[in-house]
Amino acid sequence: MTNTTSMRTPFARVRGLGSAKSGTSHFWHQRLTGLANIGLAIGLIVIVLTLIGKPYAEAITFISRPLVSLILLAGVISATIHMRIGMQVIIEDYVHGEFLKVLAILANTFFAFAVAISAVYAILTFGIARLLT
Amino acid sequence: MTDTATRSRPLSPHLQVYRWPITMVMSIAHRITGAALYFGTLLLVFLLLSAAAGEGSYYKASVLFGSVPGQIVLFGYTFALLHHMLGGIRHFIWDTDRGMEPGTREALAWANLAGSVVLTIIIWAVALAFR
Repeated sequence: MTNTTSMRTPFARVRGLGSAKSGTSHFWHQRLTGLANIGLAIGLIVIVLTLIGKPYAEAITFISRPLVSLILLAGVISATIHMRIGMQVIIEDYVHGEFLKVLAILANTFFAFAVAISAVYAILTFGIARLLT
Repeated sequence: MTDTATRSRPLSPHLQVYRWPITMVMSIAHRITGAALYFGTLLLVFLLLSAAAGEGSYYKASVLFGSVPGQIVLFGYTFALLHHMLGGIRHFIWDTDRGMEPGTREALAWANLAGSVVLTIIIWAVALAFR
């Protein structure tokens, strides 16, 4: 006698995913990046406060310091991952119509990536400039 | 039968009628501050790229950020950041299955709001002292 009324295929049972298609990765990644962001945002605020009023050369010298650069880099990466997931939730809540929703989610990912890559590029150029002078 | 699935029907008023619980206000505020921070990262990218482009670009960006509308935007951005951060900490508290009882949840919501206002003022007081 069969012991189950489940209509899931064995493959579906192995993967463990439901109709949401992706499990709890968003939940976890938001917590992970959210936690990191607490410290990194405080670091960013301190860095910005330190930069106020500094002339250009001093500002670049300060930002290109390894610790400052690492805080900025980690902050940008953590923040862009966090914001991408967050905006995706907003899009899924308010944008209906499959085509428009997919388009919006794509645009969201591209935006987050563009922000991340631009910031990382700028921060790395400061560090390289420091090495060359 | 007329196709009622695609024709929109009127809703009975609710937002204009019932009292807004503070927890409900803070929930949508958490989303709104999140969205504001999302678009506000463009400010940070603009500053970083201006600095990477050279002294002239950095100076122009500084003038923009130092202008009155620029400072207002930065002030709003600071508030959104702190409000969203404290809201995130509230979420962490809820993740541990605490803080959802009546009374406690409202207290947390008000603490979030008050904390973000106070911290924003403190940070900007420090910032203006540096200028």
